[in-house]
Amino acid sequence: MTTRWTRKDLLGLRELSADEINFILETADAFKQVGTREIKKVPALRGKTLVNFFVEPSTRTRTSFELAALRLSADVINISATSSSLTKGETLKDTARNLEALHADILVLRHSSAGAPQFLANRLRASVINAGDGAHEHPTQALLDLYTIREKREKIAGLHVAIIGDILFSRVARSNIFGLLKLGARVTLVGPSTLVPCEFEKLGVEVSHKIENVLPSADVVNLLRIQHERQRREYFPGIGEYIRLFGLTKERAKLLKPDCLIMHPGPINRGVEIDSDVADGVQSVILDQVTNGLAVRMAVLYLCGGIAT
Amino acid sequence: MNQKKQNSSGAVPIMDGEAIHRALRRIAHEIIERNPQLEKIVIAGIPSRGVEIARRIAAFIHEIEKIDIETGVIDVAMHRDDVGTRPELPVVRASKLPLPLEGCTVIIVDDVLYTGRTIRAAMDAINSFGRPARIQLAALVDRGHRELPIRPDYVGKNLPTAAAEKIRVQLEQTDGEPDAVYLEKE
Repeated sequence: MTTRWTRKDLLGLRELSADEINFILETADAFKQVGTREIKKVPALRGKTLVNFFVEPSTRTRTSFELAALRLSADVINISATSSSLTKGETLKDTARNLEALHADILVLRHSSAGAPQFLANRLRASVINAGDGAHEHPTQALLDLYTIREKREKIAGLHVAIIGDILFSRVARSNIFGLLKLGARVTLVGPSTLVPCEFEKLGVEVSHKIENVLPSADVVNLLRIQHERQRREYFPGIGEYIRLFGLTKERAKLLKPDCLIMHPGPINRGVEIDSDVADGVQSVILDQVTNGLAVRMAVLYLCGGIAT
Repeated sequence: MNQKKQNSSGAVPIMDGEAIHRALRRIAHEIIERNPQLEKIVIAGIPSRGVEIARRIAAFIHEIEKIDIETGVIDVAMHRDDVGTRPELPVVRASKLPLPLEGCTVIIVDDVLYTGRTIRAAMDAINSFGRPARIQLAALVDRGHRELPIRPDYVGKNLPTAAAEKIRVQLEQTDGEPDAVYLEKE
């Protein structure tokens, strides 16, 4: 492995090479093992300050970043939308410049506007990590999905991955598509035509509006949460119809290969995109994803935050 | 080895394959002599050459005493104290140590002992896995210039050097070249 990491920021998977993605995954291997030690903490980022700046609400991603930073011995400050001066009319740029004036080294940003992390990355000396921007990218979620697939199936090239659900509004889907294609997987998007327009075929994926046609050949199914908070009526006929046509019910799960992995970025809507029994079944790796998320985020913070600036 | 001849690239050969073989076999004998409870020792190398040297020492002990020695890998990258001050980040790898370490003697193995900072990081890494009864240190070459109060228990070759000189260890398994140690002048 001769790849060198040279980026101070992680904004998306679109701009990363396959080598860079693999390098992050291999670095994550080393950090995953830290979680099994008696003392689950290493001094790699000692003395660095990380700001978790979540302008959009999130519990699991923020917690995962916070724990990852603590395990690397960084100091962590959490700022949420409601507690920040953004509510007083301060601009994003001014808030960020104030954080930098406090000598923050790493800024983890979640924002409802696509491109907000890029905007700050261009203006700040600090490392900027995108923790989800609008419907654009959520790179660490895709990296932990890739890590989990690679861990369970040893390789990603040649696998058939079905991403099912609300693709149109999903930054998780976009980052996954970029990552999976770069690593040589075959990707099929599944969902109602309003949420999975054929436009996506331009990215190099297949599109299907019939879940039964896709399940039997899938090696991985990644179910995306139906984002009630983002849905507008015109895109989405109703929960009942969605379950009937696209929900991973117990009956539909029987179509899957026995070794097919069932993934979900969480939080799960039990009984909507996935049946409760299926979510808790042997094929489900949903909790492995959470564990791996920590390792992947430690790797990203180490690589971006450890670079001499 | 008697005559230090400088070759065209400015590298002086210090040890050849035979000398390395003898040094590691002697270290294996010394480890056996110093550690009556061989079943309680773990020989853990620092990547990448330390891991190979640890494997060879364990193989010598097996040959001499017919006992399988536990081996391990200690990755020090995430325990270094200079992250962010070097132009290139050290690549981190997973450590592998047989657990629990309580009651064990862990022998850290590295190719070249220099400032001692890597060894300090290795001891921190070991302590994050548990509390071994004792930690010992083996190095193929001790070149001096310690910056910390650390001394080796087993040494293949003591080699006083100038700070500007470099020691290059090459091993067949890690470097694809025949076993050798060279002293290089800057």
